[in-house]
Amino acid sequence: MSPTIAIPREHYLNVSYGVKSWLFTTDHKRIALLYLTTITLLFFVGGAAAVLMRLELMTPQGDLVQSETYNKLFSTHGIIMVWFFLIPSIPTVLGNFLVPMMIGARDLAFPRLNLASWYIFILGSLFTLWVIVVGGVDTGWTFYTPYSSIYTNTFVVAAVVGIFIVGFSSILTALNFIVTIHIMRAPGLTWFRLPLFIWAQYATSMIIILATPVLAITLSLVALEHLFGIGIFDPALGGDPILFQHLFWFYSHPAVYIMVLPAMGVVSELITAFSRKRIFGYSFIAFSSIAIAVIGFFVWGHHMFVSGQSVYASMIFSFLSMLVAIPSAVKVFNWTATLYKGSISYQSPMLYALGFIGLFTIGGLTGLFLASLGVDIHVTDTYFVIAHFHYIMVGGSVMGYLGGIHYWFPKITGRMYPEGWAKFSALIIFAGFNLTFFPQFLLGYLGMPRRYHFYPEEFQVLNVLSSAGASILGLGYVVPLIYLIWAMRYGAPAGPNPWGATGLEWQTSSPPPTHNFEETPVVTQEAYAYGMPEEDLKGGR
Amino acid sequence: MRSSLPLFPEQASTFAERVDALYYYLLSVSGFFVLLIFALIFYFAVKYRRRSEGEQTPPILGSIPLEVAWIVIPFILVMIMFVWGASLYFTAFSPPANAMEIFVIGKQWMWKVQHPEGRREIDELHVPIGYPVKLTITSQDVIHSFYIPAFRIKMDAVPGRYTSIWFEASKTGTFHLFCAEYCGTAHAGMGGRVVVMKPSEYEQWLRTGAPEESLVAAGGRLFQQLGCSGCHSQNSIARAPLLDGVYGKPVPLQSGQVVLADESYIRDSILLPQKDVVAGYAPVMPSFQGRISEEELMQIIAYIRFLGEEGPEPRKTTR
Amino acid sequence: MEGNGALAEQFDDLAQQHEAASLGMWVFLVTEILFFGGLFAGYTVYRATYSEAFREASHHLDLLLGSINTAVLITSSLTMAFAVHNAQEGRRRALIVFLLLTMIIGAVFLGIKVTEYAHKYEQDLVPGIRFAYGGPHPGQVQLFLIFYFVMTSLHALHLTIGIGLLGVLAFLAWRGHFSADYYAPVETSGLYWHFIDIVWIFLFPLLYLIGTH
Repeated sequence: MSPTIAIPREHYLNVSYGVKSWLFTTDHKRIALLYLTTITLLFFVGGAAAVLMRLELMTPQGDLVQSETYNKLFSTHGIIMVWFFLIPSIPTVLGNFLVPMMIGARDLAFPRLNLASWYIFILGSLFTLWVIVVGGVDTGWTFYTPYSSIYTNTFVVAAVVGIFIVGFSSILTALNFIVTIHIMRAPGLTWFRLPLFIWAQYATSMIIILATPVLAITLSLVALEHLFGIGIFDPALGGDPILFQHLFWFYSHPAVYIMVLPAMGVVSELITAFSRKRIFGYSFIAFSSIAIAVIGFFVWGHHMFVSGQSVYASMIFSFLSMLVAIPSAVKVFNWTATLYKGSISYQSPMLYALGFIGLFTIGGLTGLFLASLGVDIHVTDTYFVIAHFHYIMVGGSVMGYLGGIHYWFPKITGRMYPEGWAKFSALIIFAGFNLTFFPQFLLGYLGMPRRYHFYPEEFQVLNVLSSAGASILGLGYVVPLIYLIWAMRYGAPAGPNPWGATGLEWQTSSPPPTHNFEETPVVTQEAYAYGMPEEDLKGGR
Repeated sequence: MRSSLPLFPEQASTFAERVDALYYYLLSVSGFFVLLIFALIFYFAVKYRRRSEGEQTPPILGSIPLEVAWIVIPFILVMIMFVWGASLYFTAFSPPANAMEIFVIGKQWMWKVQHPEGRREIDELHVPIGYPVKLTITSQDVIHSFYIPAFRIKMDAVPGRYTSIWFEASKTGTFHLFCAEYCGTAHAGMGGRVVVMKPSEYEQWLRTGAPEESLVAAGGRLFQQLGCSGCHSQNSIARAPLLDGVYGKPVPLQSGQVVLADESYIRDSILLPQKDVVAGYAPVMPSFQGRISEEELMQIIAYIRFLGEEGPEPRKTTR
Repeated sequence: MEGNGALAEQFDDLAQQHEAASLGMWVFLVTEILFFGGLFAGYTVYRATYSEAFREASHHLDLLLGSINTAVLITSSLTMAFAVHNAQEGRRRALIVFLLLTMIIGAVFLGIKVTEYAHKYEQDLVPGIRFAYGGPHPGQVQLFLIFYFVMTSLHALHLTIGIGLLGVLAFLAWRGHFSADYYAPVETSGLYWHFIDIVWIFLFPLLYLIGTH
């Protein structure tokens, strides 16, 4: 029988009350929650756009909204989901909360900068929401020139400003993580004893630092061209619209790794915790994160195979794109091998982790289809691409994010969420997701291009299946919103380590005190020290 | 036309079959690994489910042989994908010398197709079966993309430059033509049909419709009207390179580079004449930017190409 | 003794805090390199394509003013270095003097820049605002000038922010905020200032010195 578990008397949530104590906090844990609130709101805004799109696409005709509106919907969906949900999600919520805790620090290196980054995020979000309200932008999240710089008359400049501002927020978070991880590790915590979540955050932060500024300047040039008619990308002056694509994808390809690497970091944590086993191939997984980050900078041209790019450039990009798949495969194999002879339990974080592995495998493999030049000619710019990246971003990253939210929920709030509802949601999400996006692979190979407001009749059946799946998926996302909010108040107290997991974050109370640890921990063991004779696992249920 | 739940598009070009073959390979490899991973996860999750709270797990840290295996084997498999895909891609960009050239101009929101013999179409492309067709494509405004799923080919239409791709239709019939690069409001409506006909029918089709000038004849007329022949001829006072036979040949430039005189080079020479000046000549050619439309450019290019193929013995350029 | 910079509570000691500040500034400067880098990349592509036009356009820039500005900025880096050195030594008055000097020299740079811009305006060479060019290939000349204005004004913006930063430092120094034990903000601002100088040292030959021997 486990002893009665109680919420500690004082912790970071009740140490002070009132709006000002939140809006002026420098506690990384509170800032994480500020971000959580903001991005959840934005997720549902982006999701609403998707709902409208999928409703429209149930019939071949464009009969729900006008074409201009549809074009603004998919643009809004992309912009919000990429820059205002996926990129911040794990780093600003889970990363902010856990990076100091996992390394035994009292806070990040620059707490005030952390708060500033949230305010900057709010400012960028307000700009973007304002754009939506006053009429939207219809360039797609990719802003290709010369449509975005010369031809469209939608709110390009304001949209760019919003994205530019939020890019700053991203950079500041990454800067904070890099400095913190380098300088503030607890005694004994060498690089190769770090949790893989930290390796993932570190690699992600490197990408953010190097790539985001290029996006910032590129979009600025589009805005300048739009405002002043100064045509850097204008063929009439000798400008090159393809130059925009090179500059844009130089950021936006690494950006997809910004979106997936943190989720991979979460999965590493979940797989070990719920198998209670040492991770298989720790250094291979750690180095794979770095390899993905590095190689990921050299593959951007695979978005441009039919842009008129030179055949030889395309071949180099194809080759490198094949290479970048290998470290991801290495991770999948190592996670699977970790399960071997593990002691596996199926709480919902584990369901999300296993779902991630399956769906990411599919998404990643379909990336190889796109990297194969001959096939890409046919499937690029079709629903095949849409299916591919949603398998990774939604089947992968969002599931990783939800798995992490559930896993660390007891640490963050001190309470447990209702496991039955959580399992139900995980399964609904998994089923709804596959029904939504698998038909899109078929649609893509059949030739249905993307960003189509209406389509030939023969594509209707698959579109209806996809829309049906989307309704289920949407429901799957709403349910956790409800029970997690409920559990924050009424969930059963969880105790310091309800999962019986290793990791410094579990060696302090739930919720933790403001300064995380009563005393700075000293690390003497490798990461995930399960199965060691001297390991004494506390907690459990 | 088709069943209500199609899963696979028709193969209507010689290229389509080859693309589908690579696709099947990709499907097989992917299917294998998906099934493998799913099966292993399922098997391990069931076999190693937690039976008691305190149970310990063996400290298995890794296995270098396994890591090597699952790096090397996937590497080999993806290299096959790469080589196969690259060779297909290279083919798609290497039109046979005898390919008939059709010009395509994209604009918001329609496709303008120009056959060399003169016949023009909007949102339709008629081609004969069994003949290689090279498409030279550009845009008048924003980026579009010319996509024929049944042929498995697609190529962006980019303003300010030419792109090109070729195919050989292998089945008669009517197939979808789509715009595949978002281009504004009516992007979804910027499609049409590709009609593949028997060669005799195609010949007949070319001859019907309102009589049009052939591209070459139109180009020749423009060459005079716009004043090109004023400099680019044997007897002119201004020194300009003679253009007979220049198409498709290497041209030495003032900068020391040597470039190929293809459609893009000719287009640039007309619109941006200072860009690639021929070695030994002064950069005095005026630009025709803004004075010539995309259609007219294509007509002049057709004419200059004709000068190489059927003109008299190419005269040597003076230095 | 005045000026014991407070040890922020997330750090173990002042040395760790100082290290963090330095590393943080270096990481930030990397983002700046990439930010300007995008412009440099675009510029390089166009210059390679339109070398003739870019050379001609470059001749319309004021080489004398540009060269003077280069010397001015390098001098400001020198005074900044002295400022940092004096901060390390805890010499408050010298620190303030050199900070102010650096700010003034930076302002001189900006003044010369504004003069150049004004000249361009009079010559009808400001794309998007007032542009008329009678020579050959106006389109590409315009491209060059777009890069000129965007790159140099972005640089000037960073310089202006730098001057503001130094102003804040000078004020804090006057209030006794710094000492030989705590001077990290001065050092990191120095890094930023030197970075601005280095950007100009790349900009100047790329923009002003095409084809000059």
